[in-house]
Amino acid sequence: MFVIFPVLQTLYISFLSPSGEFVGLENYYDVLGSKDIVNLEGFPKYPPLGAMIHNLIWIAIHLPLSLFAGLALAIILRDVKGASVVKSVIFLGMVTPLIVGGIMLRFTFDGQVGILNGFLNFLGFGELARTWTAYPETALFAEVFGGVWLWTGFSMILYSAGLATIPKDYYEAAKIDGASPFRTFFRITLPLLKPVTLVIVTMTVLWELKIFDLVYIVNKVGGPGKSTTVLALEMWSRFVYRYYNEAAVIATFLTLLTLVVAVGMTRYMVKK
Amino acid sequence: MKLKKSTIIIHAIAWASALLWIIPLLGTLMASIRPYSEILHGWWDFAEFNPSLDNFLRALFDPDFPLARGLLNSLLVAIPATIIPMLIASLAGYGFARWSFPLKTYLFLTLVLLMSIPQQMIAVPIYRILLDIGLIDTFVGLILVHSAWGLPWIILFMRNYFSTLPIEVEEAARVDGASDFKIFYKIVIPMTLPALASVAVLQFMWVWNDFFLALLIIGTSENYLVTQRLPYLKGVYHFDHSLLAAGSMIVTVIPMLLFVVLQKYYIKGMIGWTVKG
Repeated sequence: MFVIFPVLQTLYISFLSPSGEFVGLENYYDVLGSKDIVNLEGFPKYPPLGAMIHNLIWIAIHLPLSLFAGLALAIILRDVKGASVVKSVIFLGMVTPLIVGGIMLRFTFDGQVGILNGFLNFLGFGELARTWTAYPETALFAEVFGGVWLWTGFSMILYSAGLATIPKDYYEAAKIDGASPFRTFFRITLPLLKPVTLVIVTMTVLWELKIFDLVYIVNKVGGPGKSTTVLALEMWSRFVYRYYNEAAVIATFLTLLTLVVAVGMTRYMVKK
Repeated sequence: MKLKKSTIIIHAIAWASALLWIIPLLGTLMASIRPYSEILHGWWDFAEFNPSLDNFLRALFDPDFPLARGLLNSLLVAIPATIIPMLIASLAGYGFARWSFPLKTYLFLTLVLLMSIPQQMIAVPIYRILLDIGLIDTFVGLILVHSAWGLPWIILFMRNYFSTLPIEVEEAARVDGASDFKIFYKIVIPMTLPALASVAVLQFMWVWNDFFLALLIIGTSENYLVTQRLPYLKGVYHFDHSLLAAGSMIVTVIPMLLFVVLQKYYIKGMIGWTVKG
């Protein structure tokens, strides 16, 4: 209601030229065809590869890592004493403002005072030491790994809740039948966690598509600019320079991507 | 014996993960309480260790971007931006749960889709509208936008919670002649307190942690919220990790305290909002 009108307005101005004439899809050709969005020249070496590709890299690396880490932790922590402390510690990443998360990330990966390099020095790989978030070769990946650190708490908590709903009888029955732990996991646990997994995947992909704060702040405190840029950031940089129509194009495009994901999930839920 | 071994391994993995996850936070904390000269060779180097609150004071009362003012601004925005949508959304969510009306399903699906839309999609028109009505760079403008932005998920969340409440209690009250409003106010709201606590915690943290809408709407430095001020603490001549770390801790302390105190509601809210939604 308060949101729909601005959404439609954004859609509308994405078809206008800066002087207000209707230009159809021209803005879309210009913006989405530009190197800021897809830049295959860097391929297959290293970024910048364009904002959309960066978002896809986020999804390709961040989604499986945080999903798997969350599931593994949720399963392990069922049998651990003091599990609630471990959970709280890991979940703190979800409570931390992404702006702060970005600064902590920058600090952890710093060339001089960062602990990653301290660790590398300790292991005798000192020559690798650098400010990981400052080089185009590594910055994007450093941010993605930082994102895993911040986001794993989400999948862990949801998987824990999902595991708690599986009746203990199932496991006892499986044990009596002599099923191996692996078999039990793949035949009982995993299928029953499918609805939770779907929710986690949807929310995580939405988060990865919309990612902004983290990338913004790492760039602001010394990142390699275009090498880590994402769609939301490209939209913002056009907005700042008052290229409103171009900004609207990227916003619309980003929204289309998120809607595809969200519609997929709602359709599945409605079917159920 | 075999079982014991696996127990040890599991505990080792669990606690190693906890350690791995806390290292960046611990590092930031250490950097924030020590002078920059001490952490030049890493915050884990304790050859000299003189903890103090100097960095915190410097961050709070920075001459250009004092975080103390930022904390105040953020509170002035986050508290109303939590209460207003809660009031509207509880009524709307109750309506969705208890009354059927034409287009209800479609309106409902619209809400779900609205929740997935990125803030960037409303940025340009919101900026222009607020500029036109003179609310750009004001807390009122930001509060309005946050309230509108929070409504869809809070309505959805409240609807789900209301539908789990037994309708019999309300019917009994109606038989006794209570009005709809009285039923809502006297019977439903008290039963809803846990859900309202979850909503309050999640919405407050969302607004507090937000960066994009603040960046969009608040333009002058004395109005900057606390998250907006943080990047400016990095230092002009050298990268001041200690100041930045202290600033980070200051910004994070409120959501962290809230999480520690209201953990139950926060987690329940997050699970209810996503799994049952």
